[in-house]
Amino acid sequence: MMIDSVKKQDGKKQRRVLIRGYAISAVVLIAAAIILWIFPDKTELATTTARNYFLEMIKILPAVMVIMGLFSVFISKKQVVKYMGKSSGVKGILLAIFFGALPTGPLYIAFPLAVALRKKGASVSNIVIFLSAWACIKIPQELIELQFMGIKFMAARLVLTIIFMVIMGLFIERTIEWTDNRRIGVSQEVEK
Amino acid sequence: MSSTVIVINLFALSCLIFAFVKDRGKAKKSLAVAVKAFFRILPMVFIIIVLIGLLLAFVPPDEISGFIGEQAGFGGILAVAVLGAVLYIPALISFPLAGSLLQSGASISAVAAFITTLTMVGIFTLPLEIRELGKKLAFLRNGLSFIIAIGVALIMGVIL
Repeated sequence: MMIDSVKKQDGKKQRRVLIRGYAISAVVLIAAAIILWIFPDKTELATTTARNYFLEMIKILPAVMVIMGLFSVFISKKQVVKYMGKSSGVKGILLAIFFGALPTGPLYIAFPLAVALRKKGASVSNIVIFLSAWACIKIPQELIELQFMGIKFMAARLVLTIIFMVIMGLFIERTIEWTDNRRIGVSQEVEK
Repeated sequence: MSSTVIVINLFALSCLIFAFVKDRGKAKKSLAVAVKAFFRILPMVFIIIVLIGLLLAFVPPDEISGFIGEQAGFGGILAVAVLGAVLYIPALISFPLAGSLLQSGASISAVAAFITTLTMVGIFTLPLEIRELGKKLAFLRNGLSFIIAIGVALIMGVIL
């Protein structure tokens, strides 16, 4: 009963966000129409450009959404925590990249998940890699990047980002270990 | 139709068929999630596409390239990197924008820096990240990600 009412409220809130989104886009469309009405010589270029970009987007957006929907339903957070929690070394890094890249929602969902992973025993470096992969190399993002930026740009950025995010993960782990150890050392001295 | 479009749609279709074979109920649920997500992102697509149309029609390419083109140098890259870190645009709709900037004279480095900080560095989500993961980890991750984004951008400018 209580869950039902919470769900209902959630649905209402979602609907309100949805309506607001469409209202804002309507306002932007009207504003653009007015601007183009004032500058008729720009109208053709603006509308052709907008139409081309819209067509490029709408050809792949439904497919991208289907891929996102499938992964978010078929791969549960429990599975991610189970597989990533105990793996370490190169396998851990690869799993962190893999699970991070799976299309399963915005970054703020990943923070609590990272905390759960830490509790399950995942290393700091793997958590940082997981978060970075989640933020930066999600499969739907890569698909849209491929469509609009081309394969060279997308592939170069993907490879470079992966290399750097692994280095960053290892570096942050060392840094946090080092500062934690130093603090423990200091507090022990104080206790003496 | 371009091969990219065909590949992406075929990939989605084969995933979908596989899902229906494996678990009908879950597959249907996934489709419902997809439809919802599609209609949620659609207004943002409209907005960004209208802005791209206006941008390319009103701002001359040499002006854009003056700010963030090849000749704008490191300052331009740094400026868009900061912009990417501060802005909160869903990554999915940032790519058409990035593509239009590239088309109208922005440098590869500037565009790469923008996309990378936009996704990896989140000033907007920083308070949440600090609360969940602690100050040290959150600041280190965001700070280093910013530096990495600049590094990735500069390398991409050289190799592409």
